[in-house]
Amino acid sequence: MTDLFAARSQMAMSLAFHIVFAVVGIGMPLLMVVAEGLWLRTGNPVFRELARRWSKGTAILFAVGAVSGTVLSFELGLLWPGFMEFAGPIIGMPFSLEGFAFFTEAIFLGVYLYGWDRISPRLHWLAGIMVMVSGMLSGVFVLAANAWMNNPVGFEMADGVVTSIDPVAAMFNPGMLPTGLHMTVASFEAVGFAVAGIHAFVLLRNPNSAFHKAALAIALTVGGIAAVAQPATGHFSAQHVAEHQPVKLAAMEALWETTTDAPFTIGGLPDAATETTPYGLEIPYLLSFLAFDDFHAEVQGLDSVPVEDRPNVAVVHVAFEIMVGIGMWLMGLALVSGFMAWRVRGVPTSRPLLWALALSVPLGFIAVEAGWTVTEVGRQPWVIYEVMRTADAVTPVPHLVVPFLTFSALYLFLGIVVLVLLKNQVFATVDHEP
Amino acid sequence: MVAGVILVALVVYTLTGGADFGGGVLDLFARGKTGSAQRKVIDNAIGPVWEANHVWLILVIVLMFVCFPRAFAAVSTVLHIPLTLMLIGIVLRGTAFVFRHYDQPRWHHSWSRVFALASVWTPFFLGVSLGAVASGSFAFDATGHVQSNFVSEWLAPFPLSVGAFTVALFTLLGATYLTVEAEEADVREAFRSRALVAAVVTAGCAYVSLALAASGAPSLFTDLTQHVWSWGFQALTLALGTGLSASLWSRRYKMARVLVVLLVVAVELGWAASHVPYILPPDLTLADAAAPRNILVNTLRLLAIGSVVLVPSFVVLYRVFKGPRFWSLSQ
Repeated sequence: MTDLFAARSQMAMSLAFHIVFAVVGIGMPLLMVVAEGLWLRTGNPVFRELARRWSKGTAILFAVGAVSGTVLSFELGLLWPGFMEFAGPIIGMPFSLEGFAFFTEAIFLGVYLYGWDRISPRLHWLAGIMVMVSGMLSGVFVLAANAWMNNPVGFEMADGVVTSIDPVAAMFNPGMLPTGLHMTVASFEAVGFAVAGIHAFVLLRNPNSAFHKAALAIALTVGGIAAVAQPATGHFSAQHVAEHQPVKLAAMEALWETTTDAPFTIGGLPDAATETTPYGLEIPYLLSFLAFDDFHAEVQGLDSVPVEDRPNVAVVHVAFEIMVGIGMWLMGLALVSGFMAWRVRGVPTSRPLLWALALSVPLGFIAVEAGWTVTEVGRQPWVIYEVMRTADAVTPVPHLVVPFLTFSALYLFLGIVVLVLLKNQVFATVDHEP
Repeated sequence: MVAGVILVALVVYTLTGGADFGGGVLDLFARGKTGSAQRKVIDNAIGPVWEANHVWLILVIVLMFVCFPRAFAAVSTVLHIPLTLMLIGIVLRGTAFVFRHYDQPRWHHSWSRVFALASVWTPFFLGVSLGAVASGSFAFDATGHVQSNFVSEWLAPFPLSVGAFTVALFTLLGATYLTVEAEEADVREAFRSRALVAAVVTAGCAYVSLALAASGAPSLFTDLTQHVWSWGFQALTLALGTGLSASLWSRRYKMARVLVVLLVVAVELGWAASHVPYILPPDLTLADAAAPRNILVNTLRLLAIGSVVLVPSFVVLYRVFKGPRFWSLSQ
């Protein structure tokens, strides 16, 4: 394992771990705020109990998110000092704002989690809203910094040295809106379906529980609306990528040659040696249309850049397929659930639907991981698109495989503990049925 | 100016987050018949606030890479190992604290141990890293790249002694705060005796560090011992330390809390003053490491806007969770 590969692996692993908890930090507060808001309106104690139980799971997950996020902020420098020395001042604005958003989030989460009996219900609910808003903002700011790596604007260079910086232009780079929108909706979708699936699973054993029906209704509504909206934000993102990062789009679609009337490839395993995608199903003209709203538009292929400037096409294409496939499945599930809810005028509890939801618990998160694989691996070999290569940003520290394995073991351990604790929380809910 | 803000953030981190680590260290020594009562006080004092307090460290890091990117890159390259060790501690401390709350009772003891040991480990490596920066061992080559073997800068007597000093100081802070926050007299007594021991250990570590600085951090040593202001600084910290011990001894806990805060502020200001004009002695000055002027101005503006939200939020947090004992100033 080379040091560069170890550093990339450590960063990928740390991000993949943290994203799960970051997504929960964006999605869960909305569910809690909705449940507590319903309690304030209806006075039905089931909703208050629901918000309380959800807040316990959130407390565990938020703490892991906070510390794994700290690790990332250090790792930017520990692994990529070349990148940070160059980019730190340029993307400092979203990072500074993220610092404040995270502050607000941590403060009001403390108030929310520990303040159930200390402040008035209305203030408590407002604290929940503060957590939700600051959690979303926090995510959007970090995404703005990441979008800048894909769309590096807001600075001028001469002879490899930055001569002037416009931090506002860097923050509001063209990628900020599509990235922020797609990921925020993804967070609600992943969390909504994961929570809905867990309660669906309990309902399978315990079909008449008003508590779990209420939980399923809230989570499925949030996740379902997000799932139906997500293809639109995804399409918006993809058109942005088509315009600004044609090589990434070509890798996503495994399009080897620049062509007009480009087909959309479903499935298949791209082979970089032969520059073909065996086993793929091609739908003629569709890619040209999706990317540029024109069935005959020219789409840039991987052959537009030399081999050393291409990402790993197989990884990017397969990850993209996984993300889109899951997105379609969850959208279908959302539409079916919505239809059934309309038919029964209430919470749908048909067993096949509950089973489908229960089996879909991890899917939203898998789609999030796959989507990040697309955008991060798809940007390679660049750390800053067409400005700095990842290989030029890495630290000179040797034996990077050691911290990689250390953090992998640590996170594996924490992941298992978190799963066990959450499992205990869910089954405790079953035992103390109100 | 930005350097001043970073210093303020670091001081606030020490005063709040540092005390949370101190609480964790005291968890390790929570035994005897009030042991579990001590743990409960520590738990209640840290629980709602530690995550918010912890964000000060993130703010320090962000301001470092935004405003002093060269220094940030050099520090995270040379001190890769101690900073990584510190991160492992940060992860274990935070997660063990939460897991202890939510896991089944039979695992409480194990999580407590992890929480307590990580509370010693983390500030130790934070101190080692700060000590390594102060020691003036960062060398740059002609192209402006930092030269290092990644070990000798921090695995030396002076940085290690600063690590020990940091742990002792955080413990002193935590114990002094807890004498105010404990409701029961016998628990208060337990924290008082621990604070007194911590005060003695902190003083011991401080003088060992100072002695080791003569060879381990020569420019720091010169600044702290041979300047006009340095004698005033020595006298001030000595007076604050003595006053603190006397207040603890005579059970004037509110006074002790004020003095321990002043002591920490004095120590960090003295340390920072000895750094100026360098950010990484002996080569890299603040001016050389700084980002362009418009970035610094923009960051200061953001900080001003951010604090409009931040300060009232912190007041709310501490208002809600710190009882009347915390807020009253009378004995």
